[in-house]
Amino acid sequence: MKGGRGVEIRSLWVDLEEFRLCDINLDIADGEYFVVLGPTGAGKTVLLETIAGLHQPRRGRILLAGEDVTQAPPERRGIGFVYQDYALFPHLSVAGNIAFGLRLRGMSRGDIEERMAAISRLLGIEHLLHRTPGTLSGGEAQRVALARALVFGPRLLLLDEPLSALDPETREGVQRELGRIHRELGTTTAHVTHDFEEAVALGDRIAVLKEECVGDSKRQGRIVQVGTPEDIFRRPANEFVARFVGVRNIFRGEALSKEGGHTLVSLDGLSIAAVTELEGPVHVSVRPEEIVLSREPLRSSARNAFRGRIVGISDRGPIAYVTVCVPPDFVCMITRRSLEEMELREGMEVHIAFKASAVHVF
Amino acid sequence: MRALFANRMRTSFVFLGSLLILFVAWPLLRTVSASSLTMLWQTLLDEEVRRSIGLTFYASFVATAIAFVCGVPLAYLLARTDFPGKRVVEGIIDVPIVVPHSAAGIALLMAFGRRALLGRAFRLLGLKFISALPGIVIAMLFVSLSFLVNAARQGFEGVNPRLERVARTLGASPWRTFWGVSFPLAWRSILSGMILMWARGLSEFGAVVILAYHPMVAPVLLYERFESYGLNYARPIATLMILICLATFVTLRLVGGWRRA
Repeated sequence: MKGGRGVEIRSLWVDLEEFRLCDINLDIADGEYFVVLGPTGAGKTVLLETIAGLHQPRRGRILLAGEDVTQAPPERRGIGFVYQDYALFPHLSVAGNIAFGLRLRGMSRGDIEERMAAISRLLGIEHLLHRTPGTLSGGEAQRVALARALVFGPRLLLLDEPLSALDPETREGVQRELGRIHRELGTTTAHVTHDFEEAVALGDRIAVLKEECVGDSKRQGRIVQVGTPEDIFRRPANEFVARFVGVRNIFRGEALSKEGGHTLVSLDGLSIAAVTELEGPVHVSVRPEEIVLSREPLRSSARNAFRGRIVGISDRGPIAYVTVCVPPDFVCMITRRSLEEMELREGMEVHIAFKASAVHVF
Repeated sequence: MRALFANRMRTSFVFLGSLLILFVAWPLLRTVSASSLTMLWQTLLDEEVRRSIGLTFYASFVATAIAFVCGVPLAYLLARTDFPGKRVVEGIIDVPIVVPHSAAGIALLMAFGRRALLGRAFRLLGLKFISALPGIVIAMLFVSLSFLVNAARQGFEGVNPRLERVARTLGASPWRTFWGVSFPLAWRSILSGMILMWARGLSEFGAVVILAYHPMVAPVLLYERFESYGLNYARPIATLMILICLATFVTLRLVGGWRRA
């Protein structure tokens, strides 16, 4: 499925009144789930809208499956688009929304019914079809918007911050759902977000978009790094990426058994306790400030206590980051004072501990 | 209700505001209550009155239809785009509200009169404006088009542009997007603009009387009866006009309320 020609963007420049995108080059493989990560205002939506044909670029080319669509109007591109606010047609029922693209393609009533039934089943929204958009919850509206964008079999699916308008509980579910739908349909997807963990959880690869100021009132966005999630947070290309991503402990793992209210997650052999409902392959993150570090074994209520060796110390003024190899490597944040009091050195053996509730599984 | 009289200041405001309300309502009420039902009925039986009211309705309807065809696209452009000279266009749309309507009539005469360029051009097509229905229509159109254009514009501004963009990505051409998304969503505003414009056209006197004293629209007939026969003959027609306009106005408010809900 993956590989082959999905989307190719060549030296794309987009000039809007107060904003521009500079020299964007991207290759998204056929069937890939590609995430564009960047702070608010970096032009993520503009990039998606340009790919969809809603803005005409000043320079550059956009190719879809090898075909140059730079000059094609949006209606001829066959691209599904989901906006952050879903943009459901308020004057149509849910069914009318989903059928909108099919009717335009002159499909027979029977075909429309069939396709609609299939996509509604996939997204679990059969019971919503007769409702009007105004009565839907955020999660429901999101699914309907996805159904509308997917039902006509787009060559590319564009998702504009699809999770940011949802409350945290719904969010996790929808995020899993996006992964599942992508696995089932294999639609090439470009997803923009400002949330790094979302990008890691979903993206095969990530492009980081940076916002810069040019002149007094004009801002511009450019891509500063493209790579796998691992590349981005282990080897940030520059200061901006490093700062934006922050210092994190992110691991791939597998959620295994439940034990007394906790779930054991295996990270390459190391078993840690977490609080989650998820099962199977997951990502795990622990914030550096949640990890307690000491030279003696810790007697605390923390469920996760390990012994490791210090492999790196990075002094950042009032605080310091200490990397402890258990393995894997955990980065811990301590105050400068603790660093001095404990007389920590590289190669030293130490103990780390963190609570099960400090482990974020996604 | 209690909030109205919460303190002395509010109580005095209630008094001052009530004066204005009474000033509008009292004369209307006096006029309507002074005409008996039989008198109204007899007025309605008057061939000339009926023809005149019919003519007024029809002419205002035609003016509204013309404004709909050209004004809705203009409203859409004003709502969606920025272009050099936009302020000027907006100004021109609002001018008819501020110029005296008799002056508007003179201006139209200058353009559509027998010897004017447009007047002669239309004459070749068999349309004459002076003392004829087309003259009444353009007079009504001129003085009331702002209402339709501004209402439609507000309607389009209330439609999230993202809805139109999504429609395009789903395969709709710009035309299909307009008719399938923008227009239906702005329709209630457009409709209330049309009702307002139609009602405004019905009541037009100043511009119409300069272009076409005959055939007589209802406000002109009313004026003529008043001048020739006096108050008692003019009043039943006034009553009829007031009742008809009130009915349209109530409809308009209902359409508006429905939109807000």
